[in-house]
Amino acid sequence: MTLTAEPAHDLPTSDVDPFCPEVLEDPLPFHAALREAGPVVHLRRYDVFAFARYEQVRAALVDWQGFQSAAGVGLSNFRHEKPWRPPSLLLEADPPRHDAPRRVLQKILGPRALRKLHEAWLADADRLVDEVLDAQGPEFDAVPHLTEAFPLRVFPDAVGIPQEGREHLLPYGDHAFNAFGPANELVEKGAPRVGELSAWVAAQCAREVLAPEGFGADIWAASDRGDITPEQAPLVVRSLLTAGVDTTVHGLSAVLCAFATHPEQWRRLREEPGLARVAFDEAVRWESPVQTFFRTATRDVPIGGHVIPDGHKILMFLGAANRDPARWGPDADAFDLARDPSGHVGFGMGIHQCVGQHVARLEAEALLTALARRVETIELAGPPRRHLNNTLRAWEALPVRLRPA
Amino acid sequence: MITADRPPVAPEPTVPSTAVAATVRVAAKRVEADGVVSLELEAPDGARLPDWTPGAHVDLVLPDGTTRQYSLCGDRWDAHRYRVGVLREPAGRGGSAYVHDRLAVGDAVGLGGPRNNFPLVPAARYLFVGGGIGITPLLPMIRQAALLGVDWELLYGGRTRASMAFVGELAEHGERVRIVPQDEHGLLDLRGFLGDPDPGTRVYACGPAPMLAALAAATAAWPAHTVRTERFVARELGTPARDTAFEVELARSGRTVTVPPGRSVLAAIAEAGVEVLSSCRQGTCGTCETGVLAGEPDHRDSILDDDERAAGDCLFPCVSRARSDRLVLDL
Ligand code: HEM
Ligand code: FES
Repeated sequence: MTLTAEPAHDLPTSDVDPFCPEVLEDPLPFHAALREAGPVVHLRRYDVFAFARYEQVRAALVDWQGFQSAAGVGLSNFRHEKPWRPPSLLLEADPPRHDAPRRVLQKILGPRALRKLHEAWLADADRLVDEVLDAQGPEFDAVPHLTEAFPLRVFPDAVGIPQEGREHLLPYGDHAFNAFGPANELVEKGAPRVGELSAWVAAQCAREVLAPEGFGADIWAASDRGDITPEQAPLVVRSLLTAGVDTTVHGLSAVLCAFATHPEQWRRLREEPGLARVAFDEAVRWESPVQTFFRTATRDVPIGGHVIPDGHKILMFLGAANRDPARWGPDADAFDLARDPSGHVGFGMGIHQCVGQHVARLEAEALLTALARRVETIELAGPPRRHLNNTLRAWEALPVRLRPA
Repeated sequence: MITADRPPVAPEPTVPSTAVAATVRVAAKRVEADGVVSLELEAPDGARLPDWTPGAHVDLVLPDGTTRQYSLCGDRWDAHRYRVGVLREPAGRGGSAYVHDRLAVGDAVGLGGPRNNFPLVPAARYLFVGGGIGITPLLPMIRQAALLGVDWELLYGGRTRASMAFVGELAEHGERVRIVPQDEHGLLDLRGFLGDPDPGTRVYACGPAPMLAALAAATAAWPAHTVRTERFVARELGTPARDTAFEVELARSGRTVTVPPGRSVLAAIAEAGVEVLSSCRQGTCGTCETGVLAGEPDHRDSILDDDERAAGDCLFPCVSRARSDRLVLDL
């Protein structure tokens, strides 16, 4: 890769495709080069502007007035291109349209509302860990048995969707997150099943399909109160099914991989299980399961001595910002429970900041607490294997060996 | 691939400040009508102010210690300024005299919120009814309805034309706005304005109690949830907010820290070596929620509703403080 300064106005440029398999496999060197090159870099391949430093990424995330989401948070520009599905009422909306769905969901997924799930999820995680250790013995692939299994046990129930067809959730999410990138082979690979998966997901959002209690029912109740319209309700339910499964799976894989490769940190967690939430946020910072999102400039935006023209796409590298030494210090690359990860942008920041973050933290707290109680050491039992996605940083396989306490 | 190792540039982290962000400065003060001034507020360091939605209010902690709630009536597309309208209350109640007579450009006031108990929900049509200073929360709603191209009308009543604020900026909307000073036209003709009940229309009304009582009568036949009101009251909050230090006891770790004015509880706790995960540091995301075991919190967040505040069992230490001398937290 070369980063060349264009003589005319010294805007650093890059020809690298951020979505090519090599970068997706290991984005860290590319991220470092982008941060090094300047506050903004032009990516020639897609004619988009990249932010990789913490300062610019955070500033763009909070400035919804200057950097809009309604033109899509992927590469596709909804000002000119037709979205592949009806746009999200949250992720792909700007104020004022964003306001009402956001307000409704924020209450339903808020920490106070989740208190009633707390005990049940902790107990469920305990059971899962017992079952897995019994059935698999000390060595197994943590992805299907723990990090996919746990969210799939608790989350679809919490939303209130039926049992049947839940195997569609992960492939649907995987495709949706691929679709934020360019139409490359990852998107093509998913294309044949899009119709089937989208139809299944849409069917789960209907009032009569959802359980009488749960996040889904709560969303429909909000439409009965007129807080959102009945037309909006199914799309708000859809946002949970799209954004709430793969993300937590990969977040949990990230934290388990971190512990498997940092035994001293696992000892620390066992001594202080109260650190489970800090550990998870540190892993979300360190790995950034959601790597990137786009914005679109709503006017000519001056930045670092350059101008991003109105209507142009900006690619925000959350993962690069979360390891920017200018924000996190020279040991930004270390996974360290002694660090305060507060302020990382792994969940975004500002009005679109992850509305499901408390759900994700509760899942992580439950699983880590259960593991810390039963497992003395955790180590890799073989080389882990990446799952490539245009937006997500994921593990396909995470072979681990656990020594029960 | 270039693997340019950027030498760790003097790691002076660009951490959002953990000192108290909850102070704003009066940037402008203007007479809007007889007995009404508007204040424009900005962050002392020119930073973005917390985001808000139409219908939201802020708590302002005035230099005399009183806390008052004011609806935000500025432009949310300008992230650096808030605008509020302040009516001089009869008998100078609730800090309004202070705002009118003493508060000056450059003065600092404490900030809580914004919070929204009067949110604008999606609808095919809006009917707005404003009485007196109750026009303020409706101004950003009107702007929003106009922006969305949704049909709307406003009925705006007041004692006299000279007492009615923001009439000038409403003029651009022409026919949609009816200005009805009582001394010229008598009481508002609510039934005539509202027409027949319509399930696709949302009625938003803010004003004094008698106006809202008349509105309740006039909308008795309207379907549930179609009428949303906010009563304009000169509400003074219980114990005056304090501008002196208080103590925070961390029950589980057995430590006690002193929180001086100008320092957030979050920062003070962190200095004592107890880590509380945080994110927005603006009282909006909910990450730093902490249990309160004893003491009276001074809630400054945008999250809790009135009932949850009254419960007093948790607070957001990134912005919230104490009314009592001592808070005991579940940490
Ligand atoms: C570790 C797990 C998770 C990560 C890393 C994550 C990451 C993110 C990020 C970075 C955003 C901001 C998008 C933007 O600014 O454009 C976001 C938004 C969102 N997330 Fe999450 N998320 C996670 C879990 C969840 C869960 C469990 C749910 C559902 C319960 C969820 C639902 C959403 C929704 C609906 C939005 C859109 C919010 C809006 O635009 O207002 N996420 N998430
Ligand atoms: S850090 Fe977001 S509410 Fe305190």
